[in-house]
Amino acid sequence: MSVLVYIEVQNGKLRKASHELAYYAVKSAELLGVDCCGVMVGECSDIQDLGQYGLTMIEQLSANPNSDNMTVASAVAEVAKAKSASYVIFGHNSIGKSLLPSVAHKLSAGTVSGVNSLPSLDNGFTVAKTVFSGKAVATYELHTPVKAITLMGNSLKPETSGSASITVNASPVQIADGTIKVIETRREDGTVPLPEAELVVSAGRGMKGPENWTIIEELADVLGATTACSRPVADIGWRPHHEHVGQTGVAIRPNLYIAIGISGAIQHLAGVNSSKTIVVINKDPEAPFFKAADYGVCADLFDVVPKLTAAIRKFKAN
Amino acid sequence: MKILVCISKTPETTAKIAFTDGDTKFSEDGVQYILNPYDEWYALVRALELVEANGGEVVLGHVGPAANDSIIRKGLAVGANRAVRIDADPTSAEMVAQQIAGHARGEGYDLIICGKETIDYNGALLGGLLAAELNLPYVSFVSHLEVVDSEFTVTRDIEGGVEVSKVNGPIVISASKGLAEQRIPKMKDIMMSKRKTIDVIPAISTDATATIVKYSLPQGKQGVKMLDIDNMDELVRLLNEEAKVL
Repeated sequence: MSVLVYIEVQNGKLRKASHELAYYAVKSAELLGVDCCGVMVGECSDIQDLGQYGLTMIEQLSANPNSDNMTVASAVAEVAKAKSASYVIFGHNSIGKSLLPSVAHKLSAGTVSGVNSLPSLDNGFTVAKTVFSGKAVATYELHTPVKAITLMGNSLKPETSGSASITVNASPVQIADGTIKVIETRREDGTVPLPEAELVVSAGRGMKGPENWTIIEELADVLGATTACSRPVADIGWRPHHEHVGQTGVAIRPNLYIAIGISGAIQHLAGVNSSKTIVVINKDPEAPFFKAADYGVCADLFDVVPKLTAAIRKFKAN
Repeated sequence: MKILVCISKTPETTAKIAFTDGDTKFSEDGVQYILNPYDEWYALVRALELVEANGGEVVLGHVGPAANDSIIRKGLAVGANRAVRIDADPTSAEMVAQQIAGHARGEGYDLIICGKETIDYNGALLGGLLAAELNLPYVSFVSHLEVVDSEFTVTRDIEGGVEVSKVNGPIVISASKGLAEQRIPKMKDIMMSKRKTIDVIPAISTDATATIVKYSLPQGKQGVKMLDIDNMDELVRLLNEEAKVL
């Protein structure tokens, strides 16, 4: 029995999610009393950064430019079998969500997707996740010998425990050619992806038009936050679809969610109410969002946002 | 084209969430059920568009008891040709995938579409598990799909952008926002749906994989602290010292 964690690499470097994934895997292994190993595809120049969480072993699969998610999943499942993995962990994002079902099937593993905490062994093997689009928490018991999950981003705060050196082992497993051929990738790199973002600045219809978004981007910039939006403004094309958070958009759990010019319909709240702290800026005192907020400013956002940006800039300068 | 659209029922989006039996079961008291929005608005409508353009049929696949027939009829009203219901309570994503695969094997579907996730359990597992059962390629979170002579060009949502791929069918995809526009059935569609068939087939036996043993409701917010617009320095101080998020 052992823990196997899929380490995400992009452009030859660790994706942010990999830190939390490595930490979660090491802690799970400690809890279960088993070894822990990572698996990654391709080269990663900063892989040793994960040693600070106590990860000591990684199986490295050679990248195959003709692979697809199905063949990568097959290879990961082979590694899992070779390592006698009993708990297999992926990130809860487009990568992990496409690998998990395929890997789990090959291992006859029970699955839970979007786990938000370490497993418990008090009453069988159980893990928890949010359900009903964030309105409740469910505890699942997994009955199969091998268990596989995706971990919701920003669930645990990774803590360092020294600086172990990681042994990277070139795996004998080969990733086969796939049948799905990627012909184009269009992505804005540079900002923290929403599922992993700790700080999010979000705006909605109160902004009145797409040309007004500069104040949002400035606030996000000074905070180091990722921008998000409500459904209506994504639907009418003011903001790109991947920024839409809510019941039918992305579900996020940042430490700080600033909602600007968003009324707070239940469907929007569903995607963001796992946020640790919610700040609502809205000139309508009846806006339902204020009931779900920790802090609120009831005034015109066009006045508030620049003042808030200035206050944060001043705070960071000190 | 022969297309299978997998559908689930979910509580409607504003339903009050409560639990019974010592917090081990979802309380259905007063809850209205709907077709999972991703299944109805995106998966089903794109399937209908493809069949309108290329000929063929759209079949709905569902795992559930007879009481769910009214939800299935909503899908038939939107325009699906017929439905297949596997007569069993859905117990886990693995179980549903095995039941639907049991039907789909040998049916010669050109395309199988699930919604990207259900709005109640948010698993996003069915499409991938179904593809694995049927040994078919799987593309998740598809927001755009075209097909020419069984070669699919699909656009997949990834963090911060999109990825466009080509793959030969048959394939399994999960449907994301943008794949199609919601269609509202008219009265005559609703009347016609009553005459469409729902074939009921028995379930195959499967092993338990993951079961929910307990629910809980998260702690509510303590009450909002309102700040004056001229007090942004104070808000920043609170975010730093009280909330500890800066």
